[in-house]
Amino acid sequence: MAILKYYGAIAEATNCFEEQISVTNLNVADCVALLNKKYNLNQIQVHVALNKNLVEIDSAIKLKDSDEIALLPPFAGG
Amino acid sequence: MIMERFKRQIQLPQVGDSGQLKLKNAKVLVVGAGGLGCAILPYLVASGIENIGIIDGDTIEESNLHRQILYSEDTVNLKKVFAAKTQLERLNTTVKIKIYDEFLSVSNALQLFKCYNLIVDATDILKTRYLINDASVITNKPFVYGSVYRFEGQVSVFNYKNGPTYRCLFKDKNQTVTNCEDSGVLGTTVGFIGMLQANEVIKIILGIGEVLSGKLLMYNTLNNTQNCINFKKKTTIKIDEHFFNLTHSNEGIIDVCISEVLSKQTILVDVREFGETPKIELPNTIQISMSNLEKELNNLEKDKNYAIFCQSGKRSIKAIQILKQHQFKNVNNIKGGALTIQNYIKNEKCIY
Repeated sequence: MAILKYYGAIAEATNCFEEQISVTNLNVADCVALLNKKYNLNQIQVHVALNKNLVEIDSAIKLKDSDEIALLPPFAGG
Repeated sequence: MIMERFKRQIQLPQVGDSGQLKLKNAKVLVVGAGGLGCAILPYLVASGIENIGIIDGDTIEESNLHRQILYSEDTVNLKKVFAAKTQLERLNTTVKIKIYDEFLSVSNALQLFKCYNLIVDATDILKTRYLINDASVITNKPFVYGSVYRFEGQVSVFNYKNGPTYRCLFKDKNQTVTNCEDSGVLGTTVGFIGMLQANEVIKIILGIGEVLSGKLLMYNTLNNTQNCINFKKKTTIKIDEHFFNLTHSNEGIIDVCISEVLSKQTILVDVREFGETPKIELPNTIQISMSNLEKELNNLEKDKNYAIFCQSGKRSIKAIQILKQHQFKNVNNIKGGALTIQNYIKNEKCIY
């Protein structure tokens, strides 16, 4: 299992800040597509960090157990 | 007197007399005098930074007071920069505060940034953030970023010693992201994030500690967790004056969705000629064709919110430029124009 972390409007869409996901045969892009479908994130600008490093949302990097995948949008308030 | 005033920070080995001199000589521009600006500015002024610029064209509203702590009940309806300057000068009479009662734009950004060593982003509009980023890169200034969404905040330092920029972190996807006015915020959250920004400003000036360059700090004030994301410079992104002018020439014009407009007290203005289809029949909609706009200006009120649309978006942008030249403050462009509005009405099956 890998850990998903959500921020800002994404956390509101998923209704949690953190959850686990089974990542067998999943890459970053698959994972984003899966979450997009599950939580309908189309209206939100999603950026992804894998193990605290920013990666492209269409990245083909394979996910493995204990990975931390963060989904974050830009904020605008001030 | 001066030594006495700052002795508790001078006694830090990382500051000392030389550090205090660096603060004294630094020139910092704060873009935005809202929630973040009000948190950042008093600490910059109190620290002994003697040259501070503030740019903001906004007016104080009652709904600002819970988080914009430089302002008080008797300054409601005054221009933010004047009220901020008065309050900050009471804090430190030696500080030179230069105010610019206007919004940052493609026409003033480069010239203004050249007068300062460091830029602080305390704005709440995504497009302005790209403008700050690009102007910082062209004028070679570091910029300290902070932004808030409800109980969460982000802080980073861009273009620091040729480091990554905002575009390396968040690509410009031309989407709107809600601000504090729309999504709600606690005063303490903006205060907290502004404080982290002020701290980075002071560290950069003093040359101490680790600056948040190439790192995005994210803080959640509800559960007190913080995380840092690393990001690298993207060498494929080239920002020069040509790119700057091309990207920001429609600056100041904000695209809003029809759904956003309808939920607010906004007057829709159809600037198409009479008879153009589809006819949009929504409440609060008026029709003033482009050819009549300048003649009709006197019938519009400068303090009201207007959302402009036409068929393709070309005339509406022209109309907005005209309205802005005549000091209309809250004028936005409805994304997609008349056809999008018509589709929205159909899909929502709303009865208007």
